[in-house]
This record gives sequence, C-alpha cells and structure tokens, in this order.
Amino acid sequence: MTDTATPKPLLEIKDLAITFSTPDGPVHAVRDANFTVMPGETVAIVGESGSGKSTSALAAIGLLAGNGSVSSGQILFDGEDISHASEKRFVELRGNHIGMVPQDPMSNLNPVWKIGFQVKETLKANGLAGDNPKQRVAQILADAGLPNPEVRAGQYPHEFSGGMRQRALIAIGLACRPRLLIADEPTSALDVTVQQQILDHLDTMTSELGTAVLLITHDLGLAAERAEKVVVMYKGRVVEYGPALDILRNPQHPYTKRLISSAPSLSAQRGDTHEAIVDEIVPGKAEPLLKVSNLTKVYDIRKGFGKKEKFTAVDNVSFEIPKGTTTAVVGESGSGKSTIAQMVLNLLDKTEGEIVFDGEQIGNLSEKKLFKYRRRVQPIFQDPYGSLDPMYSIYRTIEEPLRIHGIGNTASRQKKVKELLEQVSMPASTMHRFPNELSGGQRQRIAIARALALQPEMIVCDEAVSALDVLVQAQVLELLDELQREMGLTYLFITHDLAVVRQIADNVCVMEHGKIVEQGTADEIFSAPKSEYTRNLLGAIPGASLI
Amino acid sequence: MPENQNFNPEDGLPISKVRAGKVSKYKIEHYVAPLDETPLQAVDSIKETGKPLSMWAEAWRSLRKQPLFIISAILILAIIVVAAFPQLFSSQDPTYCALENSNEPGRAGHIMGFNLQGCDIYSRVIYGTRASLLVGIFTTLIVVIVGGALGALAGFYGGWLDAVLARLGDIFFALPLILGAIIVMQLPAFRDHRSVWTVIVTLAIFGWPQLARITRGAVIEARSADYVKASRALGLSKFNSLVKHVIPNSLAPIIVVATVNLGVYIVAEATLSFLGVGLPGEVMSWGNDISSAQRQLRTNPMMLMWPALFLSVTVLSFIMLGDAVRDALDPKARKGA
Repeated sequence: MTDTATPKPLLEIKDLAITFSTPDGPVHAVRDANFTVMPGETVAIVGESGSGKSTSALAAIGLLAGNGSVSSGQILFDGEDISHASEKRFVELRGNHIGMVPQDPMSNLNPVWKIGFQVKETLKANGLAGDNPKQRVAQILADAGLPNPEVRAGQYPHEFSGGMRQRALIAIGLACRPRLLIADEPTSALDVTVQQQILDHLDTMTSELGTAVLLITHDLGLAAERAEKVVVMYKGRVVEYGPALDILRNPQHPYTKRLISSAPSLSAQRGDTHEAIVDEIVPGKAEPLLKVSNLTKVYDIRKGFGKKEKFTAVDNVSFEIPKGTTTAVVGESGSGKSTIAQMVLNLLDKTEGEIVFDGEQIGNLSEKKLFKYRRRVQPIFQDPYGSLDPMYSIYRTIEEPLRIHGIGNTASRQKKVKELLEQVSMPASTMHRFPNELSGGQRQRIAIARALALQPEMIVCDEAVSALDVLVQAQVLELLDELQREMGLTYLFITHDLAVVRQIADNVCVMEHGKIVEQGTADEIFSAPKSEYTRNLLGAIPGASLI
Repeated sequence: MPENQNFNPEDGLPISKVRAGKVSKYKIEHYVAPLDETPLQAVDSIKETGKPLSMWAEAWRSLRKQPLFIISAILILAIIVVAAFPQLFSSQDPTYCALENSNEPGRAGHIMGFNLQGCDIYSRVIYGTRASLLVGIFTTLIVVIVGGALGALAGFYGGWLDAVLARLGDIFFALPLILGAIIVMQLPAFRDHRSVWTVIVTLAIFGWPQLARITRGAVIEARSADYVKASRALGLSKFNSLVKHVIPNSLAPIIVVATVNLGVYIVAEATLSFLGVGLPGEVMSWGNDISSAQRQLRTNPMMLMWPALFLSVTVLSFIMLGDAVRDALDPKARKGA
C-alpha cells in the first residue's frame, strides 16, 4: 500500500460471469473474472479472439449483445454495482463517467454527419455543450491533436484518414471528461506508425485529465508498453494479472508464457537452423529464382468527363529472390506491396518493367506457358475466411488444382489430398468438412495444402498470417518454415508487420508509396537500418524495447 | 490509399523512439490462476466429432425448424399435387355446365355452388390451378435462366457488356410489368396465338431485368473474393471460375427472389386474364373465373371469392417460402460465417 489514503478502485470486477444464450444452449463467455482499475491507471486486458476480453469490458458499459447477460458476480463502478443497472442509469454513466473508443475507425463515425456535429451531439447528450458549442467542439478537436480544428469540424468522415478518424473518436470518447475510458482494440485497424502516434496521444490526454483507461488488445507487447497493469484472459477466465513489466519479464501461468514466446514483436529473430540453408547459396553463383526489375504499375483514375489521372501504385521496383529463401516485402497500407504480389502471380498486368521467373519472362506468356507457370507459383492470401470457397468441401478445395491440371485419377488424388493434409498437420477426417466449420488458422493451413498440391517452387504469401491470433500465427509461420526446409520452397512474403518479418525472412525490401526505400538481408535491416522510414517502422513495433 | 500520405505531414507529432513502459503508483499484486482451473489446450485444436455440414445442409437444418417454412412448404406441395392430378380432388367435370344450375348455391357434391353458366365452381377452381402454376413456374424458370445468365455475364466481365446489358435492363425496368404485358399481349403475334405460352413469354420479357440485377450484384460481390483469385492462380480459366466458384456462391439471393417472384407472376397472369388479355377464355384459370365473376358480384359474390381465395393462398405461400429461405440463407444469422 502507498502512503496516500487507501485508494478506492474506480472499477472493480468481482467473480464476474457472463452468459450468452444461443440456440445451442448457454455459452459461458466469461467466468470468475476478477480485476480492478484504480483511478487514473491504465489497465490492459490481453487475450486471443474469443477469450472474453471485449465481453468483460462491454458489460462494464452496459453494451452486451441482446442475448448476453451478467449471470453472477458484480461490476462495481466507483462503489456502485452496475452489473444489473437499468438502461437509464447506463445512459447517465456513458459519456459523462465512462467513455468508449471503438475498434474500427472506418465504421464508427456516421458518414452523413460532419465531424463537428458528431462531437457536439456527444456534448449535448451529456449536457456539456455550454453557451458556445462551436468553440467547445474546436477546442476538443484541437486537444485530440487535429490541426485546423475549425475547418476539420466542418468536414465529413470520408475526408479524414484512418488515424485522424481514430483521433476524432478519441476526442468524442474524452469529450465529456469521463473518469474511465474503455478502448477496445483502438489501433488494430491502423498502420503501426499511426498506431504509435495515436497511443502516444491517448497516453498524453488521459494522463493530463487523470482518466483511467481500460485497454483491450490482443498484443501483449503493446499492453506491456502502454499499461501499468496487465490482465491476461484465456477461454473466458483471468489466468494472470499483475504489474505490466513483471508479467512480461516474469510470466507465471503457462498460457502467459506461451503467449510471450509466440508474440513476434517480443521474440528473437529467425533461428540458426535456417541460416545454414541460406549459407549454401553463394550470391552471384546461383541464378535467382525470381528477378523483378524496374517493375511499375500505373492506374488510371477516372475523374469524369473522360478526364483521367495517373496514380503510380508501384514505382520502379527491383529485387531478386534466390532459390530456397524468403524475401519479405514490408510496407504500410497503400505502399503497393500487394500490387507487386498480384503482378508476380500474373493476376494483374504490369505497366512497365520485367518479371523473370527461372529465366523466363512473365507477362507475355502464351496461355499454355502461363498454365505451366501457374503450377510453379502459388499464392496464399490474407483472409482465411475469404480464400476458401464456402461451397466446396475441404477435399474438393485441395483436389481442385490437381483436377485442373489433370493430375492422377480419383484414387490417386484422394491419396494425395490425405498426404497434403498430413503435411499441414490436419487429420485426414477434415477432408469431408466445410470451411465454415474450421477456425481461421485451420483454414489457412488448408490454403497452404491447396497451394502445395501442385508442388510449386515458389509461394507468394500475401499477408498470410496477419489475420490470425498470435499463437496460431506462430504455428502457421513454423509450418511455413518447416515446409521450406523440407521442400526447398521459395517464399515471397508480403506483410505490414516487421515483427513477423524478423521471424521468417532472409531478405527484406521496405516499401513506401510504391518505392523500395531500403533493401538488404534481415540482419542488416534490423540491426542497422539506413533509411529514416525503416527506423520509424522498427521503433513503432510495440513492446520491442521492453525485453 | 493515400491515407498516410496526408496524415504524416499534417500531423507533425514527433515520434518518440524509446518507450519504457509504465509503473503504477499503486502496488499491484501478481495473481496467477490455479492451473487446474484453466488447463492449457492444444493451440487451435480440431474438432473431429459431429457430422460435416455444407452451407446448404446448414441452411436446411435451420429451415426445417421454421414454422413459416413448414406451413408454406405443405401448402405448396398440396397446390402442386392439385395442379398435377386435379381429377383426384374433384369428381365433377368442370366443363359440364347446365344452364338450369345457373347461379345455384352450394349443395351436396357441389359445395361451392355454380356459376352463371351453371358450371361447378369447385371443380373449376381445382382445374384452374394448373394454368396458374404453369405460368408461375415456367416464367420463373425462363427469368432465372435468361436474367441469371445475362446478369452473371454483366457482373463478371463488366465493361461495355455490363453497360449495354444494364441499359437494356433499365428500358424494360422502366415499364411496369402489367402495363408492358398488356401492350405486348395486344401485338398481333401474341393476340392471335393467345395461350399459356404467350403469357409466359410476355411475363418473362418484363421479368428478367429484375433477376439480372440481383444476379449482377451477387456476382460482383463474389467475383472479388479471394477464392476466385486463388482459383485463377491455380490455372482455372476466367469462364470456368465464373461457373465453378462465382455462380454457386451467388445462388442464395437468386433463389430467394425467384421464389417470391413466382407468386408475383401468378398474380400477374390472373390480372392479365381478368383484363381479358391474358389466357384465352377456354383455358380454365383463376384469373378468367374472377373476370367472369365480376359481373355477378352483387348476386353471387361467392363465385368471385373462391378463385380469389385460392389465388391469394397460393401467392402467399410462395412469398412466405421466399421469406423463410431468405432467413435460412442469411449469412449474418449463421455462426462462424
């Protein structure tokens, strides 16, 4: 205990249990959860999707989905039990006492109202608009770090970038000076450098106002960096909580340990096991498998009345991928990295430049040669929910490439599908299932099995692990690594996440606005980044400096 | 996306390089849950029990529990049986009319009474089912095939094809179904060969644009999915990816709209027949019966009520079925999707 008068917790969760009633019976989303938030303190709840972290926080603001309810336990806000408070009481509390910053800045601002109006609405709802609401609104937007607040207040959400929208949402959340701010994954939809600025700003504002923050995140590194206290949730239970740095450096529960060892931002670089293979390839001696030179993609943007504007998505990009290695192309949204992947896969025509695969020009291939090329280069896409046809069973999905290329007969194809499933560590019984019955990580493994079916030489991974929970992500990365060692695969790995790059890549290209700003081996990029942009990207990885 | 491009210069906030983490001024206890309470499970374990379920199987499972579906399905089945085997339901010959029975009320063996010509109303209603149902089903089939194909091509290939088909559809769309059909049915080619088939063709001419629009929208949504991209990268041709991946994934809204529209076409046929431009008078149909009953509305209202009642129940069952199917296929209501 400190020597100040015994502090009273602002929010106290006691033996909380939350149950959702579903057609398949009750689902216990949260059980026996206990934690406290002291006034002015930042507490982070960390967990994977489905761990109950958002549910616990939403219960504290009375925003549980209609079929969910607090089945036992207490939620004490400033000593008052609000676990079964009336809607009227919650309306009083929201805004004034408990603010909220939602996850997705793109969908949480009403597109038909001006930003200023939406802030004013919040003030009015809480009776804080005062005599000169316009000035108040401008002041609040200025506090949120938006330059030219008077002009900004008159703009619509679509005129704001993602980061600016999140600032506006933070402004709305803090407009009425609440004592507790619930931030539900406030930056997970944003680029890492923007994330850093937003969180820095949130830190400054809340510490000035003395607001306590309940930060919900899947990123343990980020939690440890931004919060005084970390609560780890797993399968609806609190498995561990304590001082942030203590949790990070001295985890006790096996789940926390597992989480820390899997978090790419916290773990070490690519294992030594792999470098042996890289060393075998002497630069200059072996012909690179893929050679991209002066690649450019220009889009025509229609401006109406036949006017066109040119937009250069990929600008004079050159790189090489030696056989059997992994080259990562890293960049934030809009950097043109995915456009490169699509051009390499020949799903998109290039404007200028050359793509040479194994000594052969890609781009003006005949139908027949293109068909052969398809066999040698396969993609894995980002969204595990979108890349498998929901109408196809797993067997049909993995069999499709074999069928298209006329490989084997029904019996041999069935055998091959079983082998492929085994290669991605899925039981053979999975083949009769449908994608909607599998989790994200499992679907991604099916996508890998499909890509492997034709025994390709190169796989293009377009953000292949970005949508997965950390533990599953680590598992899939490990699988990719294993497959590379066994089969000598070459990877072109497109990602926004530098932390993942360190785990998997041999060579790295950093992209900004369509150009490569820096390229080199992974070691070079991480130990001695040359460009300012790379340094910013590296500095923005949360939690890296804490271990 | 130019987001970051505008963002950084305008923002101008310095980026701090080192963040050390925060230490609370309160003492925070370090709590660890007992291990046996939350045993660690294998990461991403795979469920191997239970029957595999395709999307359609899952939709069927939720569909068969819906009372709306059960009621409408039973009614529709009954209507189909009546249309196929009317003789099972009526021992009377609907074409046997005796003027002495004109406007007679119902009696044993003739529960609904007689019309002006002295024909048995009940057997006319029973035998009239077939014409209505034929028009509904065949119009829907043609509309789905023509509208679906054109809509799918327009949505998938886009460009000039889409522009031409969209304008063409708009022209037909601008004409109200009934008004357009009245005019077409007056054309000599149609007027002189009035039959069930001319009515079907006429309704299909004005019905396809709606389905083409629905299909086009569904196809545009499905064509940008990653699994379509993946199938192209596997070497599938563009047209094959349309047939094998895009169309099967666009079927749900088409089925819903087609089911509801089946009812609408039956009403349209009855309206045209009522106006005297639909089925020829010698074809027994609810529309024709309603039409001839309107003159006797004051003296014998039941003559109009019976075919109208059958018509309403039929149309309502198809619309209810469409609603139930829509609920079952709605991906938002489905878990895991």
